[in-house]
Amino acid sequence: MKLREDQIERYSRQIILPNVGGKGQEKLLNAKVLIIGAGGLGSPCALYLASAGIGKIDIVDSDKVELNNLQRQILHSTKDVGRAKVESAKDRLNEINQDVEVIPYNIRLTSKNILDMVKKYDIVVDGSDNFPTRYLVNDACILSGKPLSHGGIFRFDGQVITILPGKSACYRCLFSEPPPPGLVPSCQEAGILGAVAGIIGTIQANEVIKYVLGIGDLLVDKLLIFNALDSSFRQVKVPKDVKCQVCGQTPTITKLIDYEEFCNLR
Amino acid sequence: MAITVRIPTPLQKLTQNQAEVKASGTTIKELIEDLEKNFPGIKGRVCDETGKIRRFINIYVNEEDVRFLQRDETPLEDGDEVSIIPAIAGGR
Repeated sequence: MKLREDQIERYSRQIILPNVGGKGQEKLLNAKVLIIGAGGLGSPCALYLASAGIGKIDIVDSDKVELNNLQRQILHSTKDVGRAKVESAKDRLNEINQDVEVIPYNIRLTSKNILDMVKKYDIVVDGSDNFPTRYLVNDACILSGKPLSHGGIFRFDGQVITILPGKSACYRCLFSEPPPPGLVPSCQEAGILGAVAGIIGTIQANEVIKYVLGIGDLLVDKLLIFNALDSSFRQVKVPKDVKCQVCGQTPTITKLIDYEEFCNLR
Repeated sequence: MAITVRIPTPLQKLTQNQAEVKASGTTIKELIEDLEKNFPGIKGRVCDETGKIRRFINIYVNEEDVRFLQRDETPLEDGDEVSIIPAIAGGR
């Protein structure tokens, strides 16, 4: 693969970075990323990945754009209200960069369809908004050996961790069980500051870019915690749990389960 | 013994919106009892009916998860920073 003149110009500010170069740019253009959720986290993440020239960015989301999304879901515009989020996302990303191929999947991920989805990508970004999907995505990535960038937000707090199956701690090593339903309100009920979503989603994009380029240190075996009110970033250690149900020494989850049931939602 | 405790957003209602409080105790267990005295209700949010730390909440002493130390028997020293970190799922 040879970079075109316009590509050399477009990506010049990152090509001149010592750890990137033309070779790095080619890696980015050849990379395939799946983003789960075209919302608060998926929006900034997708925008930066598309701008950086990630060659393939597929997006899964089953929702339509609502007016109350626009405060934080910066992929979408006022004119997109009522459209499928993935369609709006595709148009926006293509406006930024035609080098990027975007396939929109206007579906809900389930235990039945997720393994076929994740196998096509180099890395998966979880920007979903509920515990069943969080555990579904974690388990699917562990069982398929796909790297995963996990981000979560709540009011003024954000959390990010990168998971390398077989090597690092997974989301179940961090939290072996979800809270009972009703205990932790969703963003819809609890509120979220748009900039918090922007910060966490952007860190997820940064993790993806570093992973693809093979540079720096990823947020593996550690959780980055952001608080918007005191502008603090802290990191805590996340050891791999030998008793983890999905990635431990004797895993009890060897195929995908019913995640609604696991989260006591039925 | 002064321990700084970082309170996550969902529990800040119980601490009069304070993100950071002071508490004392020589172990995590004692610390939680001390927090409960000053901020009634917090123990029930962090621990289950049997008194064990809930599985969707982690407690860290400085950077270390107490699950990989001595759980609620993990000893504390003056000046330690304890963080209570719950699982959060928001993203959209």
